[in-house]
Amino acid sequence: MSTTDTEKDAGTRARRRARLTDTLEIDTRLLGMIGAFVAVLVVFNILTDGRFLTPRNIFNLTIQTVSVAIMATGMVFVIVTRHIDLSVGALLATCSAVMAMMQTAWLPQYLGLPLGHPMIPWLAILAGIIAGGLIGAFQGWLTGYMMIPAFIVTLGGLLVWRNTGWYLTTGQTIGPLDPTFQMFGGINGTLGAFWSWVVGIAGTLAALAVLWNSRRDKQRHGFMVKPIWAEVALGAIIAVAILGFIAILNAYQVPEGRLRREFEARGEVMPEGYTEAYGLPISVLLLIVVAVVMTVIARKTRLGRYIFATGGNPQAAELSGINTRLLTVKVFTIMGVLCAISALVASARLTNHSNDIGTLDELRVIAAAVIGGTALAGGIGTIYGAILGALIMQSLQSGMAMVGVDAPLQNIVVGSVLVLAVLIDIIYRHRTGKG
Amino acid sequence: MTPLVEMRNISIAFGGVQAVDDVSIDLHAGEVVGLLGHNGAGKSTLIKILSGAYKADSGEILIDGKRVEINSPRDARAHNIETIHQTLALADNLPAPANLFLGRELRTMFGFLDDSRMESETRKIMARLNPNFKKVAEPVSALSGGQRQSVAIARAVYFNARILIMDEPTAALGVHETKMVADLIMELKAQGLGIFLISHDTREMMSLCDRVSVMKNGQLVGTERVEDVSEDDILSMIILGKKAPEAV
Ligand SMILES: Nc1ncnc2c1ncn2[C@@H]1O[C@H](COP(=O)(O)OP(=O)(O)O)[C@@H](O)[C@H]1O
Ligand SMILES: [Mg+2]
Repeated sequence: MSTTDTEKDAGTRARRRARLTDTLEIDTRLLGMIGAFVAVLVVFNILTDGRFLTPRNIFNLTIQTVSVAIMATGMVFVIVTRHIDLSVGALLATCSAVMAMMQTAWLPQYLGLPLGHPMIPWLAILAGIIAGGLIGAFQGWLTGYMMIPAFIVTLGGLLVWRNTGWYLTTGQTIGPLDPTFQMFGGINGTLGAFWSWVVGIAGTLAALAVLWNSRRDKQRHGFMVKPIWAEVALGAIIAVAILGFIAILNAYQVPEGRLRREFEARGEVMPEGYTEAYGLPISVLLLIVVAVVMTVIARKTRLGRYIFATGGNPQAAELSGINTRLLTVKVFTIMGVLCAISALVASARLTNHSNDIGTLDELRVIAAAVIGGTALAGGIGTIYGAILGALIMQSLQSGMAMVGVDAPLQNIVVGSVLVLAVLIDIIYRHRTGKG
Repeated sequence: MTPLVEMRNISIAFGGVQAVDDVSIDLHAGEVVGLLGHNGAGKSTLIKILSGAYKADSGEILIDGKRVEINSPRDARAHNIETIHQTLALADNLPAPANLFLGRELRTMFGFLDDSRMESETRKIMARLNPNFKKVAEPVSALSGGQRQSVAIARAVYFNARILIMDEPTAALGVHETKMVADLIMELKAQGLGIFLISHDTREMMSLCDRVSVMKNGQLVGTERVEDVSEDDILSMIILGKKAPEAV
């Protein structure tokens, strides 16, 4: 008797829960991923006696994630269109080499720009982005028009671009990189407390405006809208998340010694009790911008619609008049440009270009996209999922390192988590009948 | 009266297979022409040439008596030719509105997709075609065969087709849904559309079509007005590949 009662209870409870997420129109898979992420954070925080979730460590975690996360957003498009890109780590190395050589050798030698010239970092970045875009387009052309499987094109690319990078620098480590350039790396370029709050508040207002607009748009077309309390709750969650994140980053203080050195460099004396917060790193801001742009492309443009349609049913896309070959070129071009942006962040973080930069990143990037719910069968994937996937992987890795797990075991765990995440996703899709 | 569509002496081969061999058919406005024949007779291939999916090796296509080049699905659409393909050309991962407008999305003045307007247009047309259709926001993989078929039909109807090609539209449907498609065909015919209909159900074809063309092994066996022939005559054309001897 009592068992059936509890079962019935559990049933209603489950149904009520389903209705709550339905009302809020929150993706349950997103909730699952956030849950997994929070669980990882909490477990490591307990294992490290609270050292894991300090402002300093959270700051480091985010700047370590940026490079892989940026590329993972592009990998979503690649995998959604039923392709794969194994060359992203190598492409990152070539772009990084181009940017490093531009600023230290080519621009000074061939254009006569003196080292430290204000245009140098920007021209170097532009050159890197053009290189990444062209190489990506070329690989996309080989895949889309020459019909060579992307797996083969980019497997070849992995060897080609890794070693093209080597030739560009004749195997040397190039550095130190331009100080302005280095500001995109993380700790050497942060907004400070005031501007971090400005960005946080502007971001919150923008997010709320988007919520509000989509509600009004639905009302205008006479569609069902969420009850107003659900809307307010969602808005509050978003605001707390954004502003909370900023507050944490602003709680990480620049060490006193470093501040004093900065004052001394300017020939001043540091006032007693002076403090300064790091705040939002420019690299993280860059990731946020990339995420927003990629999400807009995915959801609000024809390009994005065609990417998902082609992934869902390539024949249907073609019969609807979509040029799927050109689409492949576009997708790989985007991937190439994102590799260049990641190269900027990664080399700036290391303050120099080295030949092994980005090694094994292809695996991290693919794993991030897949853990984030991108289906290898194509047609399904989200930008925010891939970023969360990158965060989960980086947290696992950093957490294990902090706990003192040795490197081989770290890799075993990360590999197992990848397989497990896909298994859970398959079971979830089976249950809900989605996708 | 000039026919709406004329396909003249169309041939196409895939490798060694002559899938369509010197076939000529035509279609008038307000007319339903059926294509009959065994599997592999070349029916789908013939109409795919009209819908721009394949390019004929030889032959010509005339619309309103004028020669046209149809090299892609876009060209076909530009001539108001809409096709419901045998294997439903739907992206299963996308909801109905995205499928209905695929390749012809409505956009806002800033050039972004206008999903709300596409959804509301979809609701309007589905209310007309299939009042039971409710799952507008879900991926079409979650829909029944009949509902998926109505999405494919809605796509053809919404864009004001003049020439409609339906390749086995009722093959996967139940009795009720089949009736719904049949009613729709009659309604569209009354509106003056020309319709090419492919089906294996000879009886259904006799009731829906004005004329039927029978194909076998890529060749046209013959075209008959339905009132001039019996179901048995048609069956023997399909099986024997010969015109029935003049009715005795
Ligand atoms: N894309 C293709 N490649 C090779 N052969 C094909 C292709 N499409 C159709 N065929 C061949 O052409 C012939 C006619 O096929 P089809 O037009 O699909 O017949 P039906 O629709 O009458 O059943 C068959 O022998 C089929 O195998
Ligand atoms: Mg067929």
